[in-house]
Amino acid sequence: MEKNQKVQTKLPFGKVIRRHWLLLLMLLPSLLYVIIFSYLPMTGIVLAFKQYNYNGGIYFSPWNGLTNFKALMISGKLGMVTRNTLLYNIGFIFLGVIFEMGSAILINELISKVFKKVSQSLMFLPYFISWVVAGAIMYNIFNYEKGVFNHVLVMLGASPFDLYNTPGAWPFVIIALKLWKQTGYGSVVYLAAITGLDQEMFEAASIDGASAWQKIRYLTIPSLIPTMMILVLLGIGNIFRGDFGLFYQTVRSSALLQPATDIIDTYVFRLLIDNGNIGVSAAASLYQSVLCFVTITIANKLVKKANPDYALY
Amino acid sequence: MSAITRKQTINHRPLGKDELSINIVGILLIGLFALICVLPFYLIIIASFTAETSLIRNGYPLLPNLADFSLDSYKLSLKNPVAILTSYGVTIGVTALGTFCAVLLSTMTGYVLSRKDFPWRNKFSFFYFFTTLFNGGLVPWYLLCVRYLNFKNSIAGLLLPLMFSVWNMIIAKSFMLGLPMEITESAKIDGANDLVIFVKLILPLSKPLIATLALFSALAYWNDWYNCMLYITNENLFTLQYYLQRILGSAEAMRIVAEKSGIALPSIPIESMKMSMTVIATGPIVLLYPFVQRYFVKGLTIGAVKG
Repeated sequence: MEKNQKVQTKLPFGKVIRRHWLLLLMLLPSLLYVIIFSYLPMTGIVLAFKQYNYNGGIYFSPWNGLTNFKALMISGKLGMVTRNTLLYNIGFIFLGVIFEMGSAILINELISKVFKKVSQSLMFLPYFISWVVAGAIMYNIFNYEKGVFNHVLVMLGASPFDLYNTPGAWPFVIIALKLWKQTGYGSVVYLAAITGLDQEMFEAASIDGASAWQKIRYLTIPSLIPTMMILVLLGIGNIFRGDFGLFYQTVRSSALLQPATDIIDTYVFRLLIDNGNIGVSAAASLYQSVLCFVTITIANKLVKKANPDYALY
Repeated sequence: MSAITRKQTINHRPLGKDELSINIVGILLIGLFALICVLPFYLIIIASFTAETSLIRNGYPLLPNLADFSLDSYKLSLKNPVAILTSYGVTIGVTALGTFCAVLLSTMTGYVLSRKDFPWRNKFSFFYFFTTLFNGGLVPWYLLCVRYLNFKNSIAGLLLPLMFSVWNMIIAKSFMLGLPMEITESAKIDGANDLVIFVKLILPLSKPLIATLALFSALAYWNDWYNCMLYITNENLFTLQYYLQRILGSAEAMRIVAEKSGIALPSIPIESMKMSMTVIATGPIVLLYPFVQRYFVKGLTIGAVKG
């Protein structure tokens, strides 16, 4: 990207505007959008260092130094929600790669066209629903008195299981729910990459006597590494950012489950909406933004050093 | 004719042991996963058709039981459908308008940034991309929307937050980088301006892209409850998903249903209504998928994810 820029002959500012005014005009709506909804809020991070009051608003409320951050520390929850966010995302990334890449590879090998198409469509279904509907599904299955899961447990002679009183089970449930919802979509990304691979390579391997399993092991998987690297890198960039809907709609406001399910996003949301504590929630949300920015910058630098082709930018 | 020959070639090709084992493993694993993917939908649908008395006595059913078949929950939903129809109207309107604007914005921006003769394209690209690396977080954004943009109880609060996504723009940009440069060049020689080229030449060539982006945006708008929860308190502006979210919280649901239908609280089939509302709120968007499926893989290539 940067190299191209240097090769291009530099045109004077006015000449570019005169020659490309229509292109710039076409850019204008989205440019305004990004300035208003992304860059303007960035200036709002000053709130983390202010004692917010309604009259002063974002920019004219009085400064209060690090008071908000101190309050955040004293609450003692920051470590817990950071740990939860991080661990859940590591689980999502790691198992996500296995499930998505695995199912893409298997689907690609299937000979029955009908089975391929039907199973792919079915796997895509969960991607289409909102987290609210996913919450309704959780209710249908795991409700203590009426849920199907306990129905089956009792039928099998086991005692019913109260998920909403068992914080320890939630990491598994949340990760399973996420995989259930994302795998169909994620596998399409890998499948698109597989269809773009050089078919002659596979034919040559067949002629040399490679088995189908060997072709997967030595050809397909290594060729998918670039795709995987980009997706993993994107995941790492957001490793301190949780899927708010997933946690909010399934856990709801259960204090008992919080130690196992509270993430930075739900914590910030509660501070802001339920407690109306704007200064402290701004501090928590700045903490999250900075963590994200630092991780993605470092991760991208490391990847760029190892292999520039895999870097995001 | 061609179908027959194709079948014959498949039959004639000997299936190796390795291919056979892969297919068995594949059919088992993929089949199992696909089943797990539909199972909850099946459970919700049969529960929505089950009589309330049975749900309270036996819980949500695993298998359909004809003796307990009931349309009560749907009847009640449709008997006094003001709330549902209103939120359907809001959701459809917001989805249609929002998707149109979102696709236009991302393709138009993507096209400009894909133009190799535009000298500032890398600088602008990074200006957009940077917003995915760093953002101000929820709090300043929320205050901006509520205090300065007046999103409270305004349709803008449902429309604008989802209208532009840098990721969709990047998908559009890399799709358009794949279109031949000569299209733009020769049209320019013929005297067409950039906007005409974009609308008359580029967009018609970008159908897979448009289908993919429209699907993403339509899903985001249809499934939105978050912005509605943040900005809307007026029941006439509730989106379907937010309405469903309220129904799922039982106490709230009873109040809404009783208010809208005039039926006494205890006789409302609340458990089956939760399920039928879920079906009603999900239905149409799932039906959209078959129409865009054939474009999907073409529109979404992995190069697309890269800035």
